[in-house]
Amino acid sequence: MRFGLIMSEVGSGLRRNVSMVISVILVTFISLTFVGAAILLQSQIGEMKGYWYDRAQVAVYFCTASSEIGNCDLVEATPEQKDLVEAQLASPALASLIDRYEFESHDQAYQRYQEQFSDNEFADFVTPEFLNEAYWVNLKDPTQSDALVESLSTLAGVEEVKDQRKYLDPIFSALNAASFTAISIAGLMLIAAVLLIATTIRLSAFSRRRELGIMRLVGASNRFIQTPFILEGVIAALVGSILAAGAVLAIVRYFVQGYLGSALESTTAVIGMTDALIVAPVLVALGVVLAAASAGVAINRYLKV
Amino acid sequence: MIRLDQVSKLYSGNARPALNSVTLEILKGEFVFLVGASGSGKSSFLRLVLKEENPSKGRIHVLGQDLGRLTSRKVPYFRRNLGVVFQDFRLLPQKTAFANVAFSLQVIGKSKGFIQEAVPDVLRMVGLAGKASRLPHELSGGEQQRVAIARAIVNRPAILLADEPTGNLDPSTSAGIMTLLERISTSGTTVIMATHDAGIVDQMQRRVIELVSGQVVRDEREGGYQTQGITLIKGFPE
Repeated sequence: MRFGLIMSEVGSGLRRNVSMVISVILVTFISLTFVGAAILLQSQIGEMKGYWYDRAQVAVYFCTASSEIGNCDLVEATPEQKDLVEAQLASPALASLIDRYEFESHDQAYQRYQEQFSDNEFADFVTPEFLNEAYWVNLKDPTQSDALVESLSTLAGVEEVKDQRKYLDPIFSALNAASFTAISIAGLMLIAAVLLIATTIRLSAFSRRRELGIMRLVGASNRFIQTPFILEGVIAALVGSILAAGAVLAIVRYFVQGYLGSALESTTAVIGMTDALIVAPVLVALGVVLAAASAGVAINRYLKV
Repeated sequence: MIRLDQVSKLYSGNARPALNSVTLEILKGEFVFLVGASGSGKSSFLRLVLKEENPSKGRIHVLGQDLGRLTSRKVPYFRRNLGVVFQDFRLLPQKTAFANVAFSLQVIGKSKGFIQEAVPDVLRMVGLAGKASRLPHELSGGEQQRVAIARAIVNRPAILLADEPTGNLDPSTSAGIMTLLERISTSGTTVIMATHDAGIVDQMQRRVIELVSGQVVRDEREGGYQTQGITLIKGFPE
């Protein structure tokens, strides 16, 4: 009885304000899509970090006869110097950080170089002597590379200790900037959505002010008066946030997995549907909570004694 | 039933109080006229009793409840014991007479069965038995006010507040409304009626409370509308 009455009030409220309700739906849809995109971008960054950091190594380059950088003085690193480095790598202080390491000779470096740069004309001019011998070190925790750099880069015969992760940092900071941009746009649009919901509810209450006045006069409880208006805001926002959730799922399915996945092939990891399926309900919940809160505040003004 | 202790009401931006230290008591079943010029505080008095507003000073007890201690959550339940009628009827224009009365029961959660029984009863009592399905604009002013009264009393309130209920009606229609209010009063309901209608007050000879500039200047049993010079003695300007 009362449920039916409340739902019919909600229905008439939504019909009376069709254009406002549509704008609430669109604004929540777009703002929550941005929120979803920002969250997905963050998990994409996480995914890529995991993928690349696992593969990123620390390289301990030895001097060549043609190098003047670091501790080098145009002299090839001696076997004793290399042994000293290996002793350091095996020492208890560093061994606990290191997963594994391997030595790369001039010839191995040359081979790898030829593979990687086979389509580059400079490849023909490079000879094995130009390429550094090196220890390639895989760390247990990639963020601990500083310890390695500190203790090895001062040793004689070491040209440079290079953490490959450093090459990736610009990419991650670009992606981070993109996700912060998305979250800022989302924030602004969420503010717009909240204000729009509040305005819609005020408008709806204003067009029903006679009924509201009589309800208050005859002693309808505040909850009874409030509920239809809050439901009105929640239903509009719910439609918008379900659309946003659908958009996020579609973006991941068709753009990230369909397009990016095939364009990048297996060079990097991309987020999957599991991430999208976590984000979607978050968006719906966010939309519903924000709508209920702003509609509740908006209608409260009409309930003041 | 209703007791005011030293009640004052000040509105912001107005130095003169709407009610100034009013103390009075109204008993169960009484029929009270509230008279005085526009702006003398009659409507403020009714709004305070309804707890639509809170007094600036003083205490108000209605139906054994201290209105100052009533939380806003409980105000709606308190109001279910009061019926209110206005000069401008305040009916919902798109609802029939029946639906207007039924609406006030629906929104306080009464059952369909109760509504089906109570609404025709009360419409018969106010003399609108055959007009339940009329819309407000199809009814005369007097009939619209009867619908409004039916809506106010359908939940059997202990107190009926009427703010110039005959203000928009001609004398003979007003007389009909007064007969109805009198009948409601004899059934035990306390009726408080704010009015400018001297003829009605003089004819009914009931308790009269006169307000001037927010102060009670006269509280007379079986009084008339005329101030009979008391205001001059007390030195209040007309």
